[in-house]
Amino acid sequence: MKPLRYILIEMVQLIVVIAAAPAFVGWVDMLKCWSQGRASAGVLQPYRNIAKLFVKDVVLAGNASWIFRFTPYMVFGSAVVVGSVMPIISIDLFLAPSADIIVLIAVFATARFFIALAGMDIGTAFGGMGSSREMMIASLTEPAILMAIFTVSLAGRSTSLVHIVQSFASASLTLRPSIVFAAIAFIFVVIAEAGRVPVDNPSTHLELTMVHEAMILEYSGRHLALIQWGSMIRFFLFVTLGIACFLPWGIAATDSAGDIAISVFLLSLKLGVIGAVIVLIETGLAKMRLFRLTEFLGAAFLMATLGVISFFILE
Amino acid sequence: MILLVFIITPFVAALILAFIGDRRFAPEINIFSSILTFTAGIVLALEVYRHGPVIAGGKFFFVDAFSVYLSVLTAFVSSTTAVFSRRYMQREREHGRVGKVRMRFYHAMFQMFIFAMLLCLLTNNIGVLWIAMELATLSTVLLVSLYRTPNAIEAAWKYFILCGVGIAQALFGTVLLYFAAEKVIGEGGEALLWTNLIEVSGRLEPTILSLAFVFLVVGYGTKVGLVPLHNWLPDAHSEGPTPISAVLSGLLLNIALYALVRCKVLVDGSTHTHYAGNIMMGFGIVSILVASFSILRQKDIKRMFSYSSIEHMGIATFAFGLGGPIATYGALLHMLMHSLTKSSIFFTVGHACQMHRTQEIEKIKGLFKGDAFVGWSLMLGTMAIAGMPPFGIFTSEFLILTAVIKNAPLLTPFILIGLAAAFAGLLRKVQYMVSGDTPSYFNPIQAAHTPVLLHMVLVLVLAFYMPDFLNKWFQTTVELLK
Amino acid sequence: MNLQLLAQINSFLAALVLLTSFAMLSQRKINSLVTLFAWQGLFLSINTAVVGFVAAKHHLYISSLLTLSLKVILLPYILHVLVVRLKIRKEMETIVNIPTTMLIGIALVIFSYHLTAPVREMSTLITRSTLAVALATVMIGLLMMITRKHAVTQIIGFLAMENGLFFAATSATYGMPLVVELGVALDVLIAAFIFGIFFFQISTTFDSLSVEQMESLREDN
Repeated sequence: MKPLRYILIEMVQLIVVIAAAPAFVGWVDMLKCWSQGRASAGVLQPYRNIAKLFVKDVVLAGNASWIFRFTPYMVFGSAVVVGSVMPIISIDLFLAPSADIIVLIAVFATARFFIALAGMDIGTAFGGMGSSREMMIASLTEPAILMAIFTVSLAGRSTSLVHIVQSFASASLTLRPSIVFAAIAFIFVVIAEAGRVPVDNPSTHLELTMVHEAMILEYSGRHLALIQWGSMIRFFLFVTLGIACFLPWGIAATDSAGDIAISVFLLSLKLGVIGAVIVLIETGLAKMRLFRLTEFLGAAFLMATLGVISFFILE
Repeated sequence: MILLVFIITPFVAALILAFIGDRRFAPEINIFSSILTFTAGIVLALEVYRHGPVIAGGKFFFVDAFSVYLSVLTAFVSSTTAVFSRRYMQREREHGRVGKVRMRFYHAMFQMFIFAMLLCLLTNNIGVLWIAMELATLSTVLLVSLYRTPNAIEAAWKYFILCGVGIAQALFGTVLLYFAAEKVIGEGGEALLWTNLIEVSGRLEPTILSLAFVFLVVGYGTKVGLVPLHNWLPDAHSEGPTPISAVLSGLLLNIALYALVRCKVLVDGSTHTHYAGNIMMGFGIVSILVASFSILRQKDIKRMFSYSSIEHMGIATFAFGLGGPIATYGALLHMLMHSLTKSSIFFTVGHACQMHRTQEIEKIKGLFKGDAFVGWSLMLGTMAIAGMPPFGIFTSEFLILTAVIKNAPLLTPFILIGLAAAFAGLLRKVQYMVSGDTPSYFNPIQAAHTPVLLHMVLVLVLAFYMPDFLNKWFQTTVELLK
Repeated sequence: MNLQLLAQINSFLAALVLLTSFAMLSQRKINSLVTLFAWQGLFLSINTAVVGFVAAKHHLYISSLLTLSLKVILLPYILHVLVVRLKIRKEMETIVNIPTTMLIGIALVIFSYHLTAPVREMSTLITRSTLAVALATVMIGLLMMITRKHAVTQIIGFLAMENGLFFAATSATYGMPLVVELGVALDVLIAAFIFGIFFFQISTTFDSLSVEQMESLREDN
């Protein structure tokens, strides 16, 4: 009986992750439209986009290698892997013991590595430029995100995400400067990782500024659909990782159906609020020049480091 | 009571002069108040001489042999400087370098400076000591920029910023000291009183005091002008009005060293090692070497003599660090002698500069012919400061050297090299300035003889004859610093 | 109120003070610097009051009020007036670029942490852990004075150092005796008037408040 239940919860979570990610992006886009006084296409627009791309043909460049064809599956697959092990709706997941937080970051990094390779694979100027920019950003975000993660794992006394979530969810509300610093750093990093304003703008194809879009310019059809879907899941996962680390209250501790339902409900509530916060940030800021990014991400790194330091000094 | 007169007089004078400091008789008020302070100082000194240390004002004031000799010296040098500044500032005013407001400012701040220094010496509270030290800096900062030339403002800014930064470190050291003392004495103001601290110094936590001393030595060391914290000193001395150079060099540096030595006693009492002494010796020897070689390449006469001040403060710091009766005695004597000699040199240098309307060594010539008194007193003063017998500095340096040869023979060559370089540098440049023909732009002025003569005679007499009271004070202080 | 919560508030405010220090280190605009300085003073003042409450030391309330009036209201006001009067608006260049300065700042925090270790071991006060932050604030103020070439920035660095010292006294010993605190405040006040005068002297003599042009007094051979 037990194993079956495990598998069931696992399935529920996977479905939530894969299915809800476009909805979350759609929600953010919708709020953004509203905040700018435009009519929105609704929450479901990302699904339509993906569906449309799936029925289209794939056009491949003549000199595309296996890397180019492999990358979409790699991107989507890695997102699914992370989505299946991370404690999103329940702590008591079947695969959760393998959810070491550093491993999760590494899996994301692998996907990013492949997408950067694929960007250069065809040999067009835009792809290479996008890849080089993406790598520059990555070199700055990854130290910051690791530092933020270290702070959290210091406080949770483990790098296992399950343990961290458990210890936070059970602790009473305390004012911990280190966690606050880490959370701020994490927000900065998520913005950069997800390619949102002010780091990148997901809705333009302006050659001067685009980063992520430049890398995937050569993709079409189902490949593009997979990459976009993968990116959406990735964005969704970063947000839920933040929720798991900093706002874990309400996550299901047992595997009863009632707990899971409450957990899913609270999760959607938190996501809704976070989406609104992201929109606030995006509308409040202008896109930065690429070279100002070092300062933006430097600030994220600084915050995260201050988090680690203040953990030692003040706690 | 007399203590109150001693300390309040300059403060009241500062307030009065802030309003009427530009009148014709303002310099006389300045002189009068300084002499009154000096007289009160002598009376206080007699009391200390007869009855030992005085504690007054609810333990707020504490005067022992160490502080009384320095405070009388402070009052003395400030009175002679006031006498010197009367004509000097009058002439500066005639040349249009200072106006009415600045004269008021000058006189008020001069007295305020004396007040701050006396407060440093007489207070029993090491927190107040810090405050008074900062006040002494603040009151002289705008005096350094009195002429408002770009260089003067730059010098004053450097002085303000560097000393501010330095003194902030000293406050952190004081906080640590208070932290250690509070553990033993208990909370409240009592734990900052020096008389209490010295009693319990054996029970203060050594690690905390060692840490505190690092901050204190950086903080007060900046004010003493120890290398490498000395950058402000030559600028401030060379760009300010000469009377201010004289008191900065002759008095302020002493006071800062006094504060440092007071703290060292506490640290020594706690750690029972030569830790504090070693730090001071290190700073001292670096100061001696760097300053004496810097003398060789100076082009500005006041700058040159301010490097000489750094060198001498280095010697005194080194000697205090070395410890032992002979070195400490030598250091105390050295502070006294340097103070008297250096301020008298600055007086003559001030005259020389006004006669030539420049501070450049190259352009100052023929002082013997131009004004024999100024020429000879500059020459003799330089010989004294360079450590030639029969002047007092020779005696103190000789004592210190004896102690070095006995206790730290390996360091002897460094000290000797430093002394020799300073000697050569000073005499070579001064000899050039005093000899030769007077240049065309030379304009003779009436020099103030009394202050210079008084100082030089004292320096000469003290080399041969040590009055009983001074000897006794030094012995007591040596005992205290052991 | 429970002591645990107050201790948390205390360390949280300490973290905010540290954060403002870093924010000042990264800020190029003088107006924002002044605002940040006022914020730092505010955190410090609240912190002092909290410590006063925890330790039942009533003189700390006076210190807290003193900080509030001096470092949150008066000094920022004076600085602001000066900035407006002297028409300082321009962003200024730093000697070392800002990310590097930040890294040095972090190194200084770690250094302060190690330096204050003996105090932390000996102390029994609930504020003992904030001493490292206090020393770090002093050091970062110093760093700011070194890396900036503008008179106003240097002064703000100087005042930030003073903040750090005040914070150090509060966290190491629940504040210095009142005489000393008052005296230090007086010194800061006098210093404020002096730098005010200085700004005018410098800007009239040199046409701008950049310290870079003040380099004639050097040991040139």
